[in-house]
Amino acid sequence: MTALIVGALIAVAAVVLVALPFLRTHADDDRLDAPTPAEELRLALIEERDHALGALKELEFDHRTGKIGDEDYRSLVGPLRRAAAEALRALDRPQELPGSTANPDGG
Amino acid sequence: MADLGRAALVVSLGLALYALIAGTAAATTNRRRLADSARNALLACFGSTAVAAAVLATALARHDFSFTYVASHTNRTLPLIYSLSAFWGGQEGSLLLWLLILTGYGALSVAVNRRLLKDLVAWVVPVIGGIASFFAFVLVAVSSPFDTQTRPLDGAGLVPSLQNPYMVAHPPMLYLGYVGLTVPFAFAMGALLSGHTDERWIIATRRWTLAAWTFLGFGQILGAHWAYVEVGWGGYYAWDPVENAALMPWLAATAFLHSVMIQERKGMLKIWNMILVALAFELSVFGTFLTRSGVVNSIHSFAKSSIGGWFLAFVVISALFSVVVIVWRLPLLRARTKLESALSREAAFLYNNLLLVALCLTILWGVIFPILTQLFEGQTRTLSRPYFDFFLRIFGLPLLLLMGIGPLIAWRRTSSRGLLRTVRWPAGVALVTGGALIVAGAGSSTPGLISYTFCAFVLTTIVVELVRGTRATGSLLELVARNRRRYGGYVVHASIVLLVIGVVGSSAYSTTREHELRVGQSMSVDGYTLTYQGQSTARGADNVQTNALLSLSGRAGGMLKTGVYDYDNQGLAKAVGIHTNWLRAEDLYVIYNEFDKQTNAIDFIVLVKPLVNLIWLAGFVFVAGSLVAIWPDAREQRRLAARLALARA
Repeated sequence: MTALIVGALIAVAAVVLVALPFLRTHADDDRLDAPTPAEELRLALIEERDHALGALKELEFDHRTGKIGDEDYRSLVGPLRRAAAEALRALDRPQELPGSTANPDGG
Repeated sequence: MADLGRAALVVSLGLALYALIAGTAAATTNRRRLADSARNALLACFGSTAVAAAVLATALARHDFSFTYVASHTNRTLPLIYSLSAFWGGQEGSLLLWLLILTGYGALSVAVNRRLLKDLVAWVVPVIGGIASFFAFVLVAVSSPFDTQTRPLDGAGLVPSLQNPYMVAHPPMLYLGYVGLTVPFAFAMGALLSGHTDERWIIATRRWTLAAWTFLGFGQILGAHWAYVEVGWGGYYAWDPVENAALMPWLAATAFLHSVMIQERKGMLKIWNMILVALAFELSVFGTFLTRSGVVNSIHSFAKSSIGGWFLAFVVISALFSVVVIVWRLPLLRARTKLESALSREAAFLYNNLLLVALCLTILWGVIFPILTQLFEGQTRTLSRPYFDFFLRIFGLPLLLLMGIGPLIAWRRTSSRGLLRTVRWPAGVALVTGGALIVAGAGSSTPGLISYTFCAFVLTTIVVELVRGTRATGSLLELVARNRRRYGGYVVHASIVLLVIGVVGSSAYSTTREHELRVGQSMSVDGYTLTYQGQSTARGADNVQTNALLSLSGRAGGMLKTGVYDYDNQGLAKAVGIHTNWLRAEDLYVIYNEFDKQTNAIDFIVLVKPLVNLIWLAGFVFVAGSLVAIWPDAREQRRLAARLALARA
């Protein structure tokens, strides 16, 4: 009998927990907060920017630790800087992103 | 009590199904409240499973033999700690442990990531719900730990080899690893299903993967030590199918942990990483199938049971699901950059991945070969130790060398001149070590000599990396703090080197002698002299213990006891005698093989295992390195939040 009561209590507690989101929030606030296509594109650009900046940091460290010689360093640093600058520029052009409503002046 | 356990499991099944169905509906229709409700169902599922687990633990502690499971795996004389460890000593209990860990991990991982990865979590919940539904269904309908019977006076007891402190920790450790691989799998599938395959899922699950991998790795070391001290054959790894079942997902996860770094740095290998995550998960479930089904002969497997078919079906369905989802999302996974040079860090990671996966698949072939021959030829043919040892050398030695070369190569590309400059120290030390070993007589084993030479190479690489890095940053602590993952990884590399030194020393350079001794007679092995002093028999709580006493002289002094225990219900078990020389990390390992009543002589098997204790030390170094890499880094969470905020600005 005790087992039955405890079992029923567990089931009731589970039902309450599962129903809680419907009891606590209003139906008009029921959209999942997923990134829009424009936000996703920006996310991809941010990742590219972070890759480029990370690669530059890594290159500097490898050069300082002697893993990369001066000649290799010079041949690699230019393209990486250009890639980083390009990624930063792309992020600074929100008006060019599909579906974006952002003001080019930043407003 | 049993009714409560059964009811709790039925509730768990209902909640897991709700998480699967409502979660899928919420994610496809983009409904937040339904998604939150499904997430809560996962949390409640953990709660109800915890109640079921508490019921079983209480029954075990109370020796409640009205539970068939308790009566089958414990008896009244069993100490409390082993009574409780019987939770995972049998099939039904270990399945319940699996569900408990799965729902616990699942609830925690979605709770932690619910804000930053809302869109992904909406899909992660049904994936975890689906997996939990399968385990809950098996527990409710096929293999319940809450079956009852007329209470017998006593239980059957626990298998003697499981009455060992290592068995208290080893299985749960493996389960934490096996089940932990569900989290990266669920998030990877969540990313694919949601169509948001950016790096957030990788960042969110990095520590989960590392933790699961650490548990799995350390669990295997614990298991190896258990086999060494308890099973009594003188070894620690026998390429047993169930041992391999734990090694395979660990290898796949190791490959993933390396290749994911390329994705994070260069946005490459997205498809490959998805395949590795799925492979690691599928192999962990396949390992459970091997253990439960009884299709393979192993000292670790449970008796043949009806759940094998269910598990096989689950492996096939979940593997098909993974393949379909990955193929469906292939356009999202294409890399925008290419490998720039075959002589780059990312190329080294790629070679490492190919070797790890090749090793994993050859082991898999060795495991399924007996099953396939039984199926197609009607007779079981097995691939034994030489097969596995051969491929371990073929793939393992290049892997070891890569572990030394990889860290010395820069990202993107390195000139051969630059590489020669950076490898000169490690290569020099390795060559000197190899030469010294030949002089010392280690040339008797070519694989052993090559392994030790490569080990010297890897260790020097680690030292060189730490010295150069410290010089560049000014402080070792700052160096490690700046990149915990890399330097924690180097500590893990050092642990692998210790493991290799221990394994090679204790296998390629070990000595084995078998000799019959009567009281007063002696035998000598590698400088140890053992003199048989006599044997005694005593009655234990549930066994008869026969012990032979040997005095040691030569390279060790004192006495050593080795024997055989005859358990009332569970048969014979060996109690090996081990004398450790800590300075040489060496063991003198003595097995009581057989007693000849006619001659009153005992047949002893004596093994000298050089450096074997480095294997156990490697386990602790491995955990230390993993902890450095796992340690929470608030910067990562901030970076993740900043990325999302900027994307939405």
